Amino acid sequence: MKFPLRVHLAITLVWMILALYLIFLYAPQETTMGEVQRIFYIHFPLAMTALLGYFFVFLGSMGYLWKRSQLADDFAHSCAEVGFVFCSGVLVTGPLWAKPVWGIWWTWDARLTSTFILWLLYIAYLMLRAYVTNPGRVEVLAAVVGIIGFVDAIVDYMAIRWWRTQHPQPVIAGGPGSGLDAPMWLTAMISWGALLCLFAYLVRQRLGLAELGRELRGLRRELASGH
Amino acid sequence: MQTLRIAWTIFVKDLRVEWRSRETLASMCVFSLLIVFLFNFAFESAREETLRLLPGLLWIAFAFAGILGFNRSFAGERENACLEGMILAPIDPSAIFLGKMFANLLFLAVTEAVVVFAAALWYNFSFLPSLGRFALIVLFGTVGYVALGTIFGAIAANTRMREVMLPILQFPISFWILILGTDATSDVLRGNTAAFAAGAARVAGVSLIFAVVSYLLFEYVLEE
Repeated sequence: MKFPLRVHLAITLVWMILALYLIFLYAPQETTMGEVQRIFYIHFPLAMTALLGYFFVFLGSMGYLWKRSQLADDFAHSCAEVGFVFCSGVLVTGPLWAKPVWGIWWTWDARLTSTFILWLLYIAYLMLRAYVTNPGRVEVLAAVVGIIGFVDAIVDYMAIRWWRTQHPQPVIAGGPGSGLDAPMWLTAMISWGALLCLFAYLVRQRLGLAELGRELRGLRRELASGH
Repeated sequence: MQTLRIAWTIFVKDLRVEWRSRETLASMCVFSLLIVFLFNFAFESAREETLRLLPGLLWIAFAFAGILGFNRSFAGERENACLEGMILAPIDPSAIFLGKMFANLLFLAVTEAVVVFAAALWYNFSFLPSLGRFALIVLFGTVGYVALGTIFGAIAANTRMREVMLPILQFPISFWILILGTDATSDVLRGNTAAFAAGAARVAGVSLIFAVVSYLLFEYVLEE
């Protein structure tokens, strides 16, 4: 990797500070929801990144089954761990916003349900990795679950349309009449960029950690065998 | 053809094992009857409420009974290295999947028949007016659910605490089969024939997607 991690971290931090400035000082106040609407600029990018994260898990899983490359499996595993954190963030920021606006913390609306399922899919994937008894089989089994899980995520977004929903209709690319004011749009996109940059940074860190972990296990084996 | 013949052999083998031990089917039936029984007292319900609760109750009973069966399906093969024997045999892995899946399907279908009979009896509810449509919806949903259960049963057999691992994999991923199945069942039991075709198509579509994906990925689960 040519792009040094420290530089990546610095860019992420500056970008996040810029995003915070835009969120709290630049974006205009929403007329009906007021200040609380500003959590949208965190909530929406987190949700999109969490979804994208599972897509990366799928890509890594496919890559592993196809090429048997350790890097593809590490990538899927790293994206699952970081994506799980982001998805948890969605489930925390959502109710914080819903309580003042809808008057309830949670409702089993289609979009909330499917985000919750995405969170469960992350848990299933990570728990499977932790519980497989034969270490040589983890990668293949996790890849199979990663792919089926992604199919489930697609089915989710298909089945949503057959369900009534309380969640705001897609604000972005949701057809005529939807859409954000230009400054709000800009803020949302910059904030998403910052979170994507953070996501990439954490995944890269986690990839390095996976490499170190393997090295450590190798050394332990050598020690145990007495060479 | 060859694949189907081998699948049939495995299917018959599973039935024979079950006939000699009578463990899986018996535990599935008893467990699901207990669920129906407990629900009755958890929600001592009037007739109109019964109609509202029954579809969900039935699918929960099917789902839990299925988990018991899927767990047994590959755990049994682990004993005496039977699974290794099957993997080493020069046969197509998808034949193993199909044979296992049809055995699981038969066990779950028998359990479902028992559950529906008990529900009709204990809740004083007649399924007869819409029995054909109801059976079709249940069959569509069950096929997808069993396909997922077969591949996840095989995956969970490789883990510690497989009894826990299987539902953690199975429930989130089969969620839409259960929800759409419950929705369609509810329409059918209310005599809402206009909604039947759309409901059945949704359940069948989602089931088919998962059945195909499970079938395609199964060979990776078996490789050692």
